[in-house]
Amino acid sequence: MARSFGDKDLILPNGGTPAGTSSPASSSSLLNRLQLDDDIDGETRDLFVVVDDPKKHVCTMETYITYRITTKSTRVEFDLPEYSVRRRYQDFDWLRSKLEESQPTHLIPPLPEKFVVKGVVDRFSEEFVETRRKALDKFLKRITDHPVLSFNEHFNIFLTAKDLNIYKKQGIALLTRMGESVKHVTGGYKLRMRPLEFAAIGDYLDTFALKLGTIDRIAQRIIKEEIEYLVELREYGPVYSTWSALEGELAEPLEGVSACIGNCSTALEELTDDMTEDFLPVLREYILYSDSMKSVLKKRDQVQAEYEAKLEAVALRKEDRPKVPADVEKCQDRMECFNADLKADMERWQNNKRQDFRQLLMGMADKNIQYYEKCLMAWESIIPLLQEKQEAKKESRFLDGPRK
Amino acid sequence: MEQASPDPERQLQPGLLEPLGRSDAGLGVAVDEEVEGAREEGSGGDTMTHNNFWLKKIEISVSEAEKRTGRNAMNMQETYTAYLIETRSVEHTDGQSVLTDSLWRRYSEFELLRNYLLVYYPHIVVPPLPEKRAEFVWHKLSADNMDPDFVERRRIGLENFLLRIASHPILCRDKIFYLFLTQEGNWKESVNETGFQLKADSRLKALNATFRVKNPDKRFTDLKHYSDELQSVISHLLRVRARVADRLYGVYKVHGNYGRVFSEWSAIEKEMGDGLQSAGHHMDVYASSIDDILEDEEHYADQLKEYLFYAEALRAVCRKHELMQYDLEIAAQDLASKKQQCEELATGTVRTFSLKGMTTKLFGQETPEQREARIKVLEEQINEGEQQLKSKNLEGREFVKNAWADIERFKEQKNRDLKEALISYAVMQISMCKKGIQVWTNAKECFSKM
Repeated sequence: MARSFGDKDLILPNGGTPAGTSSPASSSSLLNRLQLDDDIDGETRDLFVVVDDPKKHVCTMETYITYRITTKSTRVEFDLPEYSVRRRYQDFDWLRSKLEESQPTHLIPPLPEKFVVKGVVDRFSEEFVETRRKALDKFLKRITDHPVLSFNEHFNIFLTAKDLNIYKKQGIALLTRMGESVKHVTGGYKLRMRPLEFAAIGDYLDTFALKLGTIDRIAQRIIKEEIEYLVELREYGPVYSTWSALEGELAEPLEGVSACIGNCSTALEELTDDMTEDFLPVLREYILYSDSMKSVLKKRDQVQAEYEAKLEAVALRKEDRPKVPADVEKCQDRMECFNADLKADMERWQNNKRQDFRQLLMGMADKNIQYYEKCLMAWESIIPLLQEKQEAKKESRFLDGPRK
Repeated sequence: MEQASPDPERQLQPGLLEPLGRSDAGLGVAVDEEVEGAREEGSGGDTMTHNNFWLKKIEISVSEAEKRTGRNAMNMQETYTAYLIETRSVEHTDGQSVLTDSLWRRYSEFELLRNYLLVYYPHIVVPPLPEKRAEFVWHKLSADNMDPDFVERRRIGLENFLLRIASHPILCRDKIFYLFLTQEGNWKESVNETGFQLKADSRLKALNATFRVKNPDKRFTDLKHYSDELQSVISHLLRVRARVADRLYGVYKVHGNYGRVFSEWSAIEKEMGDGLQSAGHHMDVYASSIDDILEDEEHYADQLKEYLFYAEALRAVCRKHELMQYDLEIAAQDLASKKQQCEELATGTVRTFSLKGMTTKLFGQETPEQREARIKVLEEQINEGEQQLKSKNLEGREFVKNAWADIERFKEQKNRDLKEALISYAVMQISMCKKGIQVWTNAKECFSKM
């Protein structure tokens, strides 16, 4: 069966040892945990990646979390059919910058935010770690889905290397041809005219980011209002209990109402937690995504600008060379490849976006439905309690006279 | 004292639980025809009701409210609200109702009626009036007395007040109440003619009695504590409920913003556009649904408020008992000291200090004739005192018996009413949850089509 490489041989920075080793996922459970999305390219999948099992490492210099990355693949680029490694956020960050560098004509998925801006959040809390794990898993899956990025050498190393730091230090240049060439594109050229389709994409992304920002603010506001509502509910319920202690026949009904409100409060808390952990982060991810896409668009503009400038320079030189000089040809090449890559990625991105938001919003609706269903159940269950005749129940301290 | 009146027969709309006072058609009241000549304590002979009127089933409703301007006691212009009270008698045979009386009254007249009842029926837990000013409001609700929603809720509250009196076995027979429903002009004069203001116990006297009474009936002491705690807990409940309503309002309304942004977003989308747009519409529906939900909940708050004010009525009965008991104790004390004086005079021993005794020592003894005269006077006073004490005792016992009977009746009513209020509250919550599920299910379907 599949052998595991990862844990036994894993050397952690600062000579620390893993807080605990875990056996690699068995094939079946690995597949169970994978989300088999609709296959957009119509190819059968031959690469599966999962991020799970966060673990805290306490070392002398720092404390940090690592995640287990499990890879299963039949591709020739992988020596083994299965890998299991441990990576920390830093490593993901490294991967992303390497991808941006080496595949500048493609849209690289975003990472969850590096720093926690709202100071109160505990970056070792279960909720935070889980939210981050999901985002990192999404990040790798998006790369896995990409027909070009998934074959990137840096990605391969990230998934398979025992010690990533060696590669980091050696700074192995694994730039693609494209990366190499775009790297040297000089800025400072003014774009003559942006082709309509890219202008449209730019406008779309602007509006899209704006709307997402608004939705983010609305969602945050809703959560805030819901939490304040929850605070009041938590005071409201117990007052019925206090009242119940004064009464005889009404004691049980009042206590029942108190318990009911308590149940609704719990359901509400679950709703706000879910929204905070599952809804908001995905929104933010997409805002980051559109930001990074904008910068890719800018780069494309620069490539086109350079080409146009060079072309113009040639025309002005009035050399009677029927052939276009080699470097101008290279520019044109570059531009056309960029345009093609970008177009393809945009289409893929649009499709993914649609699916992601469909899932996200349906999830939001679902959570609200579940909340109301829990409350409904609570209130329906006390109706019989409220209606029943209180026979020989306990007597009120005050109105029924001394107890017998 | 018989508990004559059965529960008010309610004319329910089919399938609906109508809490007391909610029905626009008013509630019918049947008065037991066999009960005649029942004595009402404290009300003189001329407030006996016209018997024939009460043998028929009657319906009372406060059907309208109208803004009026008039001149007040200081001849200044003022605006007030007048309420139309309609009384119908229902023929037993065919159930048809005939309008017998219809007149307009303002809130201050209701107050006058209640104050009269408090004086003449101190052993009864007199139904409370709806609040004079809007309290426990959550921010969207107006605290303005002229606000139509407040006026409407007050109309219902006043109707409820009249129905409570009409369904009370003793209060329903009061002539002043009858006149309140039937005699528009001159009613105020009739009330004032009873001289009830003079008969009212002074607040100061009552307070004094509360502090100084030595042996009140324990049940009343307990009842007093209960009513204090009930008042405190219901106040707290109403305050928090208002805050809860405020917050809930906020949650729902913010969702309305989704409607707008989804619509804007759908404009730049191709395939996702329709789903987003229609989902946005459902978010708008969600946001606007809260207004009706909270309006319904105000009715629940009103039901609680009634019992908040009932706590004060309970306390009033306890206060009366304490006053009577204190009166009794003072009278007994007085009698005992007179008896002692008499004894001392008779036997010539002076055990207690008295001014007379001092002056006698200083200025010489009094003559035997003088002493005899004084003893005679004292003996007369003692006789009188003993008679009074006996009748006060009897009065006190009667009061306790009658008051406790009404308190038992009240207790049953309270348990019934509050249970019903809790049920209707639960029903409201269930309806709110179902609406929520409906809206979000619709939205989810729209999202699924994205």
